[in-house]
Formats: sequence, C-alpha cells, structure tokens
Amino acid sequence: MPDLSDAAKTEIRRLMAQFPHRQSALLGALFVAQEEAGVLFPEIVAQVAEVMRLPESEVTSVASFYHLFRFKPEGRHLIQVCTNVSCLLNGCDRALERLKHRLGIEVGETTPDGRFTLRTAECLAACEIAPMMMIGPDRHGPVQPEQIDEILGKYV
Amino acid sequence: MSESFLLRYVHEPDQGELDAYLSRGGYEGLRRALAMAPEQVTDEVEKSGLRGRGGAGFGTGRKWKFLPRDPAVTKYLVVNADEGEPGTFKDRTLLECDPHRLIEGIVIAGYAIGAHQAFIYLRREFHRARGLLERAIAQAYAKGYLGADIQGSGYRLDVVVATGAGAYIAGEETALLESLEGRRAMPRLKPPFYPAVKGLYMQPTALNNVETLCHVAWILARGQEWYRQQGAPILFSVSGHVQRPGVYELPLGTTIRKVLEAAGGMRPGRAFKACFPGGSSAAILPEAYLDTPMDYDLTKLDVYGSMLGSAALIVMDDSTCMVEVVARTVEFYRDESCGKCTPCREGTVWITQVFDRILHGQGRTEDLDLLNGIAKGMTGTCFCPLGESVPPAIYSTLRFFRHEYEHHIRTASCDVRAAAHA
Ligand SMILES: Cc1cc2nc3c(=O)[nH]c(=O)nc-3n(C[C@H](O)[C@H](O)[C@H](O)COP(=O)(O)O)c2cc1C
Ligand code: SF4
Repeated sequence: MPDLSDAAKTEIRRLMAQFPHRQSALLGALFVAQEEAGVLFPEIVAQVAEVMRLPESEVTSVASFYHLFRFKPEGRHLIQVCTNVSCLLNGCDRALERLKHRLGIEVGETTPDGRFTLRTAECLAACEIAPMMMIGPDRHGPVQPEQIDEILGKYV
Repeated sequence: MSESFLLRYVHEPDQGELDAYLSRGGYEGLRRALAMAPEQVTDEVEKSGLRGRGGAGFGTGRKWKFLPRDPAVTKYLVVNADEGEPGTFKDRTLLECDPHRLIEGIVIAGYAIGAHQAFIYLRREFHRARGLLERAIAQAYAKGYLGADIQGSGYRLDVVVATGAGAYIAGEETALLESLEGRRAMPRLKPPFYPAVKGLYMQPTALNNVETLCHVAWILARGQEWYRQQGAPILFSVSGHVQRPGVYELPLGTTIRKVLEAAGGMRPGRAFKACFPGGSSAAILPEAYLDTPMDYDLTKLDVYGSMLGSAALIVMDDSTCMVEVVARTVEFYRDESCGKCTPCREGTVWITQVFDRILHGQGRTEDLDLLNGIAKGMTGTCFCPLGESVPPAIYSTLRFFRHEYEHHIRTASCDVRAAAHA
C-alpha cells in the first residue's frame, strides 16, 4: 500500500486553509486521495484523517455516504450511463445494452483489462443530449448504440 | 417578453473571458450596487419580485432580510450549484456559458447581506463548469472584482469553490450545509436550523441558486423596473420526447403548451401524453392540463401536489409506459434517500417492490390500494421534501393513468409499448 505523496498532503492542507473549519475540506481531500491512490483503501482513509486531524471513523462514515468515492479497484475510465427519466424516454436502455455487450460486463463491473468500469447514474444535468453518458470527465450524447464503438475507441 | 437576457450571450464562445464580459456590459450591476447602501440593494431585489429558482420559489429579497444586519455577526453566502433535480440543466448551462454573471451576482448578494466569504457548492460531475468557473474567479480577483477593496469600494469578498461528491440530497439547503461542513449530507431540523438564522457553521447564511444570482446581476444592471417589465423571466429546462430539448427563457406563467412549442413541439407522428412540469418531484399531468400556466402560484399548477419546482418540463409522448416512468422515478428517490427518517427510507423501498412485481407480470389487484396507502403514509410525515416528492407522481398516475396499471396487472404485459412498437 503506497503512502499518500507529499504533494497530495500539501494539496489537502491547501484545501483545509480555504475554510474557517478544516473539516469542510474533507470531500475535496478525499478526491485528492482517490485520484492519487485510485481507491480509498482503509490505509489511505487513515492518512487523510491524520493529515486533517479528524477521527478515522468520521472520515470513513462521510466517504461512505457519497456515490463518487471508490472502495475497491476500478477501471481507468469510469462510464456513467444516465438512466433517469429524460434518458429513459430517449432510449438509454439500448445504449446500455450495447455497452454491456461490447465490454462483456454487467453494470458495476470492470473489464478484465482494467480499461473500463460501467455504472448507471442519476440525472447528470445534460438532458438536452439525452440519452447521455459520461466517460471520465467527458459528456457524450445523444448516444446512438451504433456510435458506441467509436466513442469507446477514444479511451485507451 | 421583450428580450431574452439570461441566455443572450450563451452562444458567445468568449463570454467566460473577463474582457469580453466587460465589453458586453458585464459588472455594470455590481458598479451600481456598490454605489448604493446594502439595504437599498436588498430593497431593489425585493421590489423586482424575484423568487428563488432552486425550486422552492421563496422571495430572494425577503430571504436576505431575515439575516441580521449587525456587522459584528459573521455571515456567509452559499451558492447552490449542485443541480440534481431530474430533468434540470439550466444552472449547468449558466455556469458553463456565463460564469462571470454568477460571480457578479455573488458579489452583489454578498454586499447586500454583509458577507465577506462566499462558497460555491459545485456538483462534482460538473468538470467543465469547474474549470471555467475557477478561471473566471481568478480573472475577477486579478481585476479587483473579488478580494479586498472591490473596485475601490472598501468592500471585501472572497469566493471558494467547494465540491459535492455525488448525492442528490445535498441539493437540499440544510443537507448542503452539512456537506459543506464535511459531513454526511443529511438534512437539519427546521426550525431552528433555517440557514438565515443558523446556517453554515451555525452563522446566518444566505443560500441561493445559481440562476437566482444571475437574475440578481441583471436586476442591478438594468434596475428592478426594467426587470419587472420583462415579465419575470425564468429558465425552463425542457427534455424528453420533444423535437428540440434545451433551456428556454420565457416569462413566468407561460403555459405548458407554449413552453412545449418553444422546444419544437412533439416529434413527428407522436402525440403528447403527459409531463412532469417541475422535475420528477412534481406530479405527472396529462393533456388536459396543457394550458396550465407554469407559475409558483399554487392555485394554478397544484394538481396532486404538482408544482413548478425547478421548472424542468419533462415531456412524454404516447409511446410512454407510465408505470415504467413512475417506477424509475421512485427508484431514484429510494437510491438517493439519506436514510434519516423511516417513511422515506422504508416507503421508497416498499413502493419499488410493488412496482417491480407489477412490471414483472406478478402484480395483484390490491397493489393499487397498497401503493396509494404507502404514498399516504409518506405524505406529510417525511423529515424533508425529498421523501415528500414521491407521493405526487403516484397519486396523479393512479388517478389519470389507472388503466395502465390495471392492464399490467391483468395481462402481465404493456399495451402502450406493444402499440408503440407495432
Ligand atoms: C431534495 C432537494 C434537492 C434540491 N436540489 C437543489 C439543487 O440541486 N439546486 C438548487 O438550487 N436547489 C435545490 N433545492 C432547493 C434548495 O433547498 C433551496 O431551496 C434553494 O437552493 C434556495 O435557493 P433559491 O432561494 O435561490 O432558490 C433542493 C431541495 C430539495 C428538497
Ligand atoms: S425524507 Fe428522505 S432524504 Fe429527507 S430526511 Fe427523510 S430519509 Fe432523508
């Protein structure tokens, strides 16, 4: 288990200094840790708690509340397919089926080569391009099933 | 309405640049505000009639007046940029296309309430908006629109962008404050924890939506009289089965039909069936309500608890299975329930179980009464509005689309889908 780098710890301290109360930086700090370590392993959570001088149990409790923190290894690119109403109405099911088929995995799983993790998501506030999905930080839509190979090809 | 202004510059690729913003009259509202007393700024906003665009529609000027004036009391301004109500995407549009407008609105609001620190609680998934906003904030600091002694006025305001981490409930104002304090986003008890009284770090806090603050910038730039003449514009997020989904600026009180027309109407060969007028927390309305004005005025839109909410119009055509739509909606609330109170935590699970069996051909005749009963058990009993958002869609579809439920239960199949794919 690698330790958090000094750069990550410095960044967490910078975030803490932005707020009158250091705990306000916790979500941002957890993302710093997650981006570096890939996963919020218990040891990583413990280090965040130590840098922030917070109880480890509190940090774990907070992290477990939110959807975007990861506690087990995932692929390099996270695919989030919106399945909320506007995307449902516009055929997100077909796009999702195609993705599952092309990647050979179910929702929640990671491809054996570690390239993609597939998840469904709630409304991502881009219903003008429904059905839509995000891969990493990028939005894609309207996603037609036949475009999926081309889109996936952009992510190595 | 005579002109569109909230969206006027959203297609200008350089609108996020300070120089371009200034050349188009940007920060004029701030200049005007700083020449006024803070109380006058609040008065101006109150007189404009502006109501919060986050969903609750509370008068913005009135809300600011709840904060104590005493300069010795530390006050905060918090911006709700957590946009998560299904079908809503106007705040993201404003953040990405006109970030300086928001910053201008923030400084004006901060000045009006006497805050020296503002926080923008930005949805984590808004990666593009985050980059653009941080860049705009840096530009504003460099040119004295943020920081100490703003434009030589002696007023100081700092702005920090904080992050969400994926939780719809964090959009609720007291849950947002919990989250901003680095905790689980669970709503606080009101009273006593009204943000204006006991908000961030238990200090008086004004909490406003992104669109609300963009309106504030325009109101101060042009004056409340001009603003009122525009007919109280509002941004509608229109999605679903329409020809041109998107954000449309129209006067408050425009009918559902007119908003639908603005979005290009229905797709060829398809007929209107139903809509959510205010995001999925509103009740579903059938065709008979197409001429209902979209307004905060409850006498107009309040059918089984329907409402304007975040002004997200989700349109469904005649190929839509209403049972499936409601099932998906309840699942959303089930997954996003914070778990603090029983009616919401358990009720959403029970309801999805009933929908599951109906959609899997195992529905029972008594299930419709059961759905109605669980919805009743959640009405007025939930700790926060998230749980209360579930019953409206159930009540209204049980009333207006009961035959679809009955068909599913009787035949274990969906006639709407069958007809649409025939
Ligand atoms: C479950 C829930 C989710 C909400 N989500 C948002 C949101 O994403 N953005 C928002 O501005 N307001 C949201 N609100 C409304 C806020 O609680 C609050 O009323 C609003 O941000 C106040 O700003 P305004 O007065 O400018 O509208 C939500 C409310 C509830 C109950
Ligand atoms: S209604 Fe739901 S989201 Fe609101 S406090 Fe209760 S459990 Fe939490």
